[in-house]
Amino acid sequence: MFSYIVRRVLQSVIVLFVVGLVAFAMFNFVGDPIDNMLGQERTQEDIDRLRAQLGLDQPFPVQYWKFLMNAADGNMGVSYRQGRPVTDIIAERLPATLELALVSGFLALFFGIVLGVVTAIRRDGWLTNAVMTVSLVGVSLPTFLIGILLIYVFSVELDLLPSFGRGEVVQVGNWTTGFLTASGLKALILPAITLGLYQMTLIMRLVRSEMMEVLRQDYVRFARARGLSERLINFRHALKNTMVPVITVTGLQLGSIIAFAIITETVFQWPGVGLLFINAVQFVDVPVMAAYLMMISVLFVGINLIVDLLYVAIDPRLRG
Amino acid sequence: MSLLNIKNLTVEFPTRRGVFTAVDAADLSVEPGQIHGLVGESGAGKSTIGAAIMGLLERPGRIAQGAIELQGDAISGLDATAMRSLRGRRISMIFQDPLTSLNPLFTVRQQLVETIRAHLDVSEAEANKRARDLIDRVGIPDPDSRLDQYPHQFSGGMRQRVVIALALCSEPEVIIADEPTTALDVSVQAQILDLIRELANERQVGVILITHDMGVIADTTDKVTVMYGGKVVETGDTSQVIGAPRHEYTQSLIAAVPRPQRRLHRFPQLSYGGRETRFAIEDLARSWPKVENDPSRPLLEVKGVTKTFIKRQGLLPWDRDYFTAVDNVSFDIRPGEVFGVVGESGSGKSTIARMISGLYQLDGGSVEFDGKLVSDLSDKARQAEYRKEIQMIFQDPYSSLNPRMRVDQIVAEPIRHHRLLDGKAVDQRVAELLERVGLGAEAAFKYPHEFSGGQRQRIAIARALATQPRFLICDEPTSALDVSIQAQILNILKDLQEHLGLTMLFISHDLPVVRQMCDRVAVMKAGQLVELQETEALFNAPKTDYTKSLLDLMPRLEDLGDAPDGA
Repeated sequence: MFSYIVRRVLQSVIVLFVVGLVAFAMFNFVGDPIDNMLGQERTQEDIDRLRAQLGLDQPFPVQYWKFLMNAADGNMGVSYRQGRPVTDIIAERLPATLELALVSGFLALFFGIVLGVVTAIRRDGWLTNAVMTVSLVGVSLPTFLIGILLIYVFSVELDLLPSFGRGEVVQVGNWTTGFLTASGLKALILPAITLGLYQMTLIMRLVRSEMMEVLRQDYVRFARARGLSERLINFRHALKNTMVPVITVTGLQLGSIIAFAIITETVFQWPGVGLLFINAVQFVDVPVMAAYLMMISVLFVGINLIVDLLYVAIDPRLRG
Repeated sequence: MSLLNIKNLTVEFPTRRGVFTAVDAADLSVEPGQIHGLVGESGAGKSTIGAAIMGLLERPGRIAQGAIELQGDAISGLDATAMRSLRGRRISMIFQDPLTSLNPLFTVRQQLVETIRAHLDVSEAEANKRARDLIDRVGIPDPDSRLDQYPHQFSGGMRQRVVIALALCSEPEVIIADEPTTALDVSVQAQILDLIRELANERQVGVILITHDMGVIADTTDKVTVMYGGKVVETGDTSQVIGAPRHEYTQSLIAAVPRPQRRLHRFPQLSYGGRETRFAIEDLARSWPKVENDPSRPLLEVKGVTKTFIKRQGLLPWDRDYFTAVDNVSFDIRPGEVFGVVGESGSGKSTIARMISGLYQLDGGSVEFDGKLVSDLSDKARQAEYRKEIQMIFQDPYSSLNPRMRVDQIVAEPIRHHRLLDGKAVDQRVAELLERVGLGAEAAFKYPHEFSGGQRQRIAIARALATQPRFLICDEPTSALDVSIQAQILNILKDLQEHLGLTMLFISHDLPVVRQMCDRVAVMKAGQLVELQETEALFNAPKTDYTKSLLDLMPRLEDLGDAPDGA
């Protein structure tokens, strides 16, 4: 068990090193940042000075090492566009994205699992057929279209919910939250649904097919033969077995909720890291892009690690 | 009044192609403390009767007619809630495969306690105490610590004991045991059957024992009911039905059981119902390449082979736990002989087969075929040559054929892989092979799911013959099949040896079959070869105690007398 964790952590570290290399390589291969930072009236002297100041005159491995050391310290460099430390900018934007991801992830998991279980148990009810048809729409429509449709219906036509931004936010320490004001909560609804709908339908379909598979297993038949109640069979015996494969996919999906919040954030002008990233791409703000890449990979690696540990927690066959 | 009485029971499954009658007007009655055997081949409707009693018929199956009475009260036709309060409370069930009938994610204690509390109004502490007593009663040593283990930490036999404990949770009046020992070793089978016998006497439980194994019936049951095609063909005291069967089907079924006592030239095939399959292996001999085997030299030499597996992964090499599956085993196989390997599960039989066929890398020792070293997997040219000469037939004909491939593709695959023939010649050989194993050339255009287990195993044989090999490895080729089908497959294998001069490694845990099939037999125990003898000598005068104990455990049809010599 212990060796399993150690091995997984080592693998994660290797992955992070490789991603770090890619992120760092962007500095060197996506054009010369000096060009962007200095205006038209630069002299060779200016260029050399800035190059030395940024450490770009040193050999590649030395630069990479410095980059890693700084990254480990939480120092991801200075944004070319805003001239402020990247870490500060991300820290400012991250609460918006995390709150959005948290809410939509919760929606996706809760409704995905509940609907999946219900539709698996009542295999051919009219409710099941309705849910399955709607879910097909959820899977096949692109996120931006869902977002635009929701804005059209709920903001433009019905004028119930705001179409962009976070609403009023409250500062709690370093964290800005939209959970505490009415307008903040209202602003969350549409983006959270937009972001979570695809994940929800995916989780629902996965849970349903896994659950139907599990319900065919001998131990479910045996549980029934022992006279256990349907509730106990479905929600204790079957659901736990269903969760084993579902966790992998769900874990990765939750990661991608944060990573690919970009589209939703763009549609709703949500002031999160996704929007920050899109803007960074437009201005070739390499330090911001690199930091975003590192952040996402840490996130994915972290989630994967948690998923692996959850497996062991759920399935005793993997212990020992 | 009987404990359980089934009258004129008919179970139907409406399908798109009409109504399929799985059980047709069956009668059955069970007394307290009695073990009533229900025997027949797969598809005979025995398990359907069990499911009907439990109210667990798969949809859309339904009881079309008749009644099931428990202590005189009709229980067929009760609603779902009433039926559930009966299930596990007054009638319990034991399933075939103890590996799959326990939920892998819950401890034995959790599963026992929830079952006890579902039926009896007792406190948590009381339920725990009962769980411990039950585990102790079914003969699991050290019950206090084993209760908190998960099912995968138990061996097959121990798991089946747990399943029995679960069935006993609420002092049931009737237990339905559906093939309770089919997935177990002979030695474990005997213990489980003894336990069921004891419990039936001690608690005066009526047991319906569903099985396809006549040996189990003869050893364990008081009464027996024989089913064929959904109908009860015969019922009576076990000694009468087995000793002097009245119905023609029962007679031929009993004749088809391989006898451990005497060696016959051919296995008697089940003749009832006119379903005898014709196959013509001898016709294959004409086109079969003649190989001059050197009779003085063994065809296959296995020298001190060893295989270890990692039991527990560790970060550092000394953290790992190893398990020696096969430990320094040596034997020779002569050209044209059928060499048997017997042993319980986990004794290393299948590992040996996989080492010989080059599926596993050896951890020690060597294998030589026809005088050449073949255990070096890095010698690709030699391996390709060798793999043409040996072919394998696996145990489970359901998982050993790719369901997405057509039969002609399956049989032609080895030919194409080794580039032996091309174009029309491939189709011709495939057609001939299918014809000779008795499937007919038209089988080529179907998919595996359109065939029964026995037919599938014949497809597997045709595939194994496709490269015209000299050596066949048969790993439990009939243990997934009915007795009647088993005879057919074994006769084909015998013909392969006789007419084509094939040499075979025959792995089995079924000793009567081994006696009929093999020229020499090796007995394996825990990875080691404990005895190697000519078959007759081994069965008549085993040298080691282990072999003796294995032979003693064989279920016997002692009262049956000798079967006629069918050919």
